[in-house]
Amino acid sequence: MEASVVENKMNQYQELVRQGLWKNNPGLVQLLGLCPLLAVTNSLASALGLGLATMLVLLSTNTVVSLIRNYVPNEIRIPVFVMVIASVVTVIELLMHAFMYNLYQALGIFIPLIVTNCIVIGRAEAFASKNAVAPAAFDGLMMGTGFALVLCTLGAVREVIGSGTLFAGADLLLGDWAKVLTIHLYQADNQFLLAILPPGAFLVMGFLIAGKNAVDARIAAKAKPVEQKISRARVTHVST
Amino acid sequence: MSFKIASSPHQHIQKTTAQLMKLVALAAVPGIAVQAYFFGYGVLIQLLLAIITALLCEAAVLALRGKKVKAKLLDHSALVTALLLAVAIPSYAPWWLVVIGTAFAIIVVKQLYGGLGNNLFNPAMAAYVLLLVSFPLPMTSWLPAAPLQQQSLSPADAVCTIFTNFSCSGYSISQLRQDADGISMATPLDTLKTDLSQGYTTEESMKKPVFGWLSGEGWFWVNLAYLLGGLFLLQQKVIQWRIPVAVLGSLFGFSLIAWLLSPDTNASPLFQLFSGATMLAAFFIATDPVSASTTEKGRLIFGALIGGLAFVIRSYGGYPDAFAFAVMLANMTVPLIDYYTQPRTYGHKSKGAR
Repeated sequence: MEASVVENKMNQYQELVRQGLWKNNPGLVQLLGLCPLLAVTNSLASALGLGLATMLVLLSTNTVVSLIRNYVPNEIRIPVFVMVIASVVTVIELLMHAFMYNLYQALGIFIPLIVTNCIVIGRAEAFASKNAVAPAAFDGLMMGTGFALVLCTLGAVREVIGSGTLFAGADLLLGDWAKVLTIHLYQADNQFLLAILPPGAFLVMGFLIAGKNAVDARIAAKAKPVEQKISRARVTHVST
Repeated sequence: MSFKIASSPHQHIQKTTAQLMKLVALAAVPGIAVQAYFFGYGVLIQLLLAIITALLCEAAVLALRGKKVKAKLLDHSALVTALLLAVAIPSYAPWWLVVIGTAFAIIVVKQLYGGLGNNLFNPAMAAYVLLLVSFPLPMTSWLPAAPLQQQSLSPADAVCTIFTNFSCSGYSISQLRQDADGISMATPLDTLKTDLSQGYTTEESMKKPVFGWLSGEGWFWVNLAYLLGGLFLLQQKVIQWRIPVAVLGSLFGFSLIAWLLSPDTNASPLFQLFSGATMLAAFFIATDPVSASTTEKGRLIFGALIGGLAFVIRSYGGYPDAFAFAVMLANMTVPLIDYYTQPRTYGHKSKGAR
């Protein structure tokens, strides 16, 4: 009995990991939070910064919402969730203002805008308000990680194509030592500006989604050997 | 295979797509020749690069999509896309520009939308916009017309410049663009725009050497050659008169009004018609059967929209020439235009008479 409960829990967490990182990825599948996703991913550093901030917000809001889920009347749950989210985002914004001022300035309006990110309210409503604290927090972490991974991939691709560097400005995020992380891949006379501009974000995003779908199709084709199913169609009229 | 562009009744003897595309390419020959004479042999090398890239990309994507490669390649639609892009970019632009542009046009704009007949946007113009937004400097580095060039350029120079950024005698593009006083010469439309923004009048600006009779030095003849090619297309019934006439008419109309109101700050209507890409766009680009409107009334609206947008962007926008943007914006409105201009079906009453 005990063992099966533990196993069930393990399965639940595994499922949460799979959902957050791949099957139900907020960036690639749910297509939520597209505004920051497309706006701040012109470099890996700012993408990582916003990704981490969003992840932290998701983790905290899911925990808090799950804690208060039994005390909030159903009718007013949405305003309450929004207030929880707004407070958490304010806290994170103030923390970034205090400790990562340069990154705070680089991300600008998009930190307070995490409040309006549909992923946050979506997970609060869909998962955290119906589950215990531990799975809810874990779900927030995984969804946040999935979102951050998409942000970072987009940021890295666009930065490499657009400016020929990787992780430029890492020192804004991690402190002065991180300047060594910046890789200069090539020095072009003409930058591929479109990759850094918003249309580039849409294009790269489209290719990412297409890539994910292609991988999914390949997995599905491998997993299911084609069944030879013979179906017969009745051609004669059956009188009853 | 023939790509049907007419609504019912369908009993026409239609030319195949390949025949149409070949005629379009043929009609562009005089324009290309004049362009090669005034703006250098570079345009021929650009053409070659664009066509090779287009065919390779088209074949690769068709093979990936599991289509019949040879049959689809031979409809020559990729060739026409490559041709339109190659003549639209500056003759001495570096080689990778046209390669990136053509690959984007064929792979993303045309094939990812489903291939010939399914693309929402004109591939050549979408690629042109991509290049113009991404690489503004090389995309606007037109050399002045041949009579104004300080160094005469041989075909070998064209190869050197395109592949190494320097002519065989070591001049860079920006040096080649300079006049005797060492000042870079821009295209007529660009010069006029800059001068007007600096407070010169049109008349004062037009005294500069880049302007010739009626429009820019050399540009008038290029436009005239494309006009001739367009008339040939009309005569061959490859295109219909509605789109070109609407484009030119609305450009003429808008610029006439602006010119009459304020001749000092606006170019004359004839200057507008024979500058930049006007004729090429009106006859070769806007008439693309896939991305243009398909109804008769719709084509008039579509063309007028392009002409109007081109005038607005030329006069008040950030870019000196505007047809790529105008065509793409008009492409976006095509589904709406087609929806509201559906012709009455035979045997049915028109919507108003219900």
